[in-house]
Amino acid sequence: MRVTCTVNGRPCVADNVWEGESLLYVLRERLGLPGSKNACEQGECGSCTIRMDGDLVCACLVAAGQAEGADLRTVEGLAGEDGALAPVQRAFLDAGAVQCGFCTPGLLMATEELLERVPEPSDADIREALSGNLCRCTGYEHIMDAVRLAAARRTAVEGRPA
Amino acid sequence: MTLRPGTLSQRSARGTTGGVGESTGRPDGTLKVTGEFAYSSDLWHEDMLWGHTLRSPHPHAEILGIDVAAALALPGVHAVLTHHDLPAATHYGLEFSDQPVLARDVVRYQGEAVAVVAADHPETARRAAAAIAVAYRELPVVHDETSATAPGAPLLHPDRTDHHAADSPHPNVVHRQPVRHGDVAAARARAEVVVRGTYQVGMQDQAFLGPESGLAVPAEDGGIDLYIATQWLHVDQKQIAPVLGLPAEKVRLTLSGVGGAFGAREDLSMQAHACLLALRTGRPVKMVYNREESFFGHVHRHPARLSYEHGALRDGTLLYVTCRIVLDGGAYASSSPAVVGNAASLGLGPYDIPNADIEALALYTNNPPCGAMRGFGAVQACFAYEAQMDKLAAALDMDPVTLRQHNAMRQGTVMPTGQPVDSPAPVAALLAAVAARPLPPPRRWENATGTADVRELPGGLSNTTHGEGVVRGVGYAVGIKNVGFSEGFDDYSTARVRLEVVAGEPVAVVHTAAAEVGQGGVTVQAQIARTELGVTRVTLLPADTTVGSAGSTSASRQTYMTGGAVKHTCEAVREQVLDRARERFGAAAARLEAGKVVAADGEVIATLADVLGDGAIELEREFRHRPTRPFHPRTGQGHGHVQYSFCAHRAVVEVDTELGLVKVIELAAAQDVGKALNPLSVAGQIHGGSAQGLGLAVLEEIVVGPDGRVRNPSFTDYLIPTILDVPSMPLDILELADEHAPYGLRGVGEAPTLSATPAIVAAVRQATGLDLVRVPVRPEHLTGTA
Ligand code: FES
Ligand code: FES
Repeated sequence: MRVTCTVNGRPCVADNVWEGESLLYVLRERLGLPGSKNACEQGECGSCTIRMDGDLVCACLVAAGQAEGADLRTVEGLAGEDGALAPVQRAFLDAGAVQCGFCTPGLLMATEELLERVPEPSDADIREALSGNLCRCTGYEHIMDAVRLAAARRTAVEGRPA
Repeated sequence: MTLRPGTLSQRSARGTTGGVGESTGRPDGTLKVTGEFAYSSDLWHEDMLWGHTLRSPHPHAEILGIDVAAALALPGVHAVLTHHDLPAATHYGLEFSDQPVLARDVVRYQGEAVAVVAADHPETARRAAAAIAVAYRELPVVHDETSATAPGAPLLHPDRTDHHAADSPHPNVVHRQPVRHGDVAAARARAEVVVRGTYQVGMQDQAFLGPESGLAVPAEDGGIDLYIATQWLHVDQKQIAPVLGLPAEKVRLTLSGVGGAFGAREDLSMQAHACLLALRTGRPVKMVYNREESFFGHVHRHPARLSYEHGALRDGTLLYVTCRIVLDGGAYASSSPAVVGNAASLGLGPYDIPNADIEALALYTNNPPCGAMRGFGAVQACFAYEAQMDKLAAALDMDPVTLRQHNAMRQGTVMPTGQPVDSPAPVAALLAAVAARPLPPPRRWENATGTADVRELPGGLSNTTHGEGVVRGVGYAVGIKNVGFSEGFDDYSTARVRLEVVAGEPVAVVHTAAAEVGQGGVTVQAQIARTELGVTRVTLLPADTTVGSAGSTSASRQTYMTGGAVKHTCEAVREQVLDRARERFGAAAARLEAGKVVAADGEVIATLADVLGDGAIELEREFRHRPTRPFHPRTGQGHGHVQYSFCAHRAVVEVDTELGLVKVIELAAAQDVGKALNPLSVAGQIHGGSAQGLGLAVLEEIVVGPDGRVRNPSFTDYLIPTILDVPSMPLDILELADEHAPYGLRGVGEAPTLSATPAIVAAVRQATGLDLVRVPVRPEHLTGTA
């Protein structure tokens, strides 16, 4: 089958997609966007987290056909056109929240979504929002720091929400 | 967009700066946050095939026949290989070559590789593997010490020829190491208090996130290029080349992006299989394990049964310890002999104990093979000896921290192996640091209005309690881990460093084969080159086998060893630069600073561009740590270790005693790192190691039935800590230099994994009053329903 969707603002077409393929497989192997990772392919680890029409989804649990016509956003779409890193990306680097980095793309997407929804999250809010994203390396402490830092910088730039 | 293998994953720094001692950023950080960093599962080649492995469903069975006709007949299938198709060596292994590349007449554990397939789509490859017909006859299973050593027990490797075979008390014992120290009988007669306990540690998994994967590309010279996530390129090469029947120089390995390792990538997984398929088909072959296959495709932490007896005087002075540590090595040896050596030599913990009788051994069984995991034999012992220390403190009615400090080892203490500790050992100070931290305020889920945020409670969002039935406890532990390879191993690392001028600017180019597995080795290598050569720009070449071995990224050794190699080589390069400068500009040239050659008084003599104008300087050097010696096979005496690292933890937990749910609410750590080359990375290692120790305490276990079958090979059922399970982890980092190590540093990665587990279990014991002797602690242990 053919799947037509928008990824990071660009129209994309994948041909010869087998019905059993996941959206994650289509992104990684057919559209050349391997930024979303494949750590469990069971919806358990969050490494493949992307935005689909604004919602967070595990791309490994989305059948390719379900993405027909969808507006997708992956980690490759976070930085600006000029390569300038998004505040969440910068914060993860500055806080030392990246070790092997395999969990990072999924965590960045989940953090971005959290901060859109809750600009000044409490620690409990952060832990709840990121609990679907496993990280085996960092012990999460620097990830907490990164999310707090990204939130602080975003509100500093955008002003406090009314 | 298409990816080319090996080109993206280690592309160098965009603008990180900073020398030794600074929290500089990772050179690969930008690539990792933009999704550009190529992990081994991201590699892609124009006409590549996908490999898949057929694995044994049985833990022990005879193979009566294999029929691959149906698999080969499927459209899209390019090759199906069994043991019949192996061109050369049929076995490999880290210490002994006892593991079949593909099983021949017998399978010894569930998940053993029997055949491999290459096809044009991963699903085709999976279906082809499923179409292979293997006829098995199941055999009796050996699953613990009793069944492995009973008269008439099936022998896992009846024709052993390895160098431990002669000293093993039974052919199903991979290796046994006794350690005898002092006079236990005399000490026992003097003891005023004796405590005994038997403890168990379940099988933990490394559970790195990036699955085993790689891409093998056949080369025109008949050789192979393998792009691979591994911990040690050269030891892979050494094992793969004989299997392919190729000389080592035709088996070229390049490190691809590694998504965590923690020991599980020390052994081969898909390396040889992918190469065999690529050479057979003449096409690039990519293999990526799924999560279930990953659980079967790598070695785990040894489960253990440990029996201890501690004897002391009434004032708490330890007189003697006896212990017996039985490790389940599973079907193949892997690194079990070295794990045994560690468990035996570190089995007393960081205490000064004059008399000891220790025995550690590892078994061959039909359980999943076990090998390296962060902490490597020291983790299991630490759980047991720290439980014993608490038990002894209770028997003496002493404070558990005071008892530990009273017996704490210090510089000069003689290990049970007869080796004196010849660098700082601030065990008492580390305990003091965690004990001095203010405790988190009690019952913090009760806010000002008296209502609970259930997210803070045991059970969390599942809303199982609002505080009723919840009790709190505090526990302490401290551990000792060796750094680097021990027991006489020729442990070295190689670095090649070139100093050149590009567009008027000096650049250091550093090339090593050290595997960056996420720990930050690349960051410190660049920091060292900047510090030693006084330059800002450092280019790190991809790790590959065109430079000498760096040894393994394990045993907390890579900053010490490859950091040492880079330092050592940079110093040699610097000497040549200074020699050249002295010839040309006079004798005053003393050091390199900010791209200049300067005199002792700081006066600028020349720029590096002036000196290097005629050509770059490139040198290669090896770095070795001080030699070690094997432990005596019967007494365990010997200077077996190079360096030790120490970490202490204090855990605060809350337990819902009705449902048996544990919430760790704070896990404070104190560690001596000798010198923090990169403080932010050091903290990250301590946090990460502590979280893995937390996992072993309350969550993580591969459940293997007495039939040798694995019950939970998935992230649904094997639970690793989430961000809700891991609490705040405040740190105290000490820097007491080890004069024998580069910059005085002390390996960091492993020690925190040791003590986190017993500290948490001690806290749960204190909260509940239960005598918990097994990890992970499960709800049924806490509710009395086990
Ligand atoms: S890969 Fe999709 S959740 Fe793990
Ligand atoms: S940084 Fe390795 S899994 Fe998170």
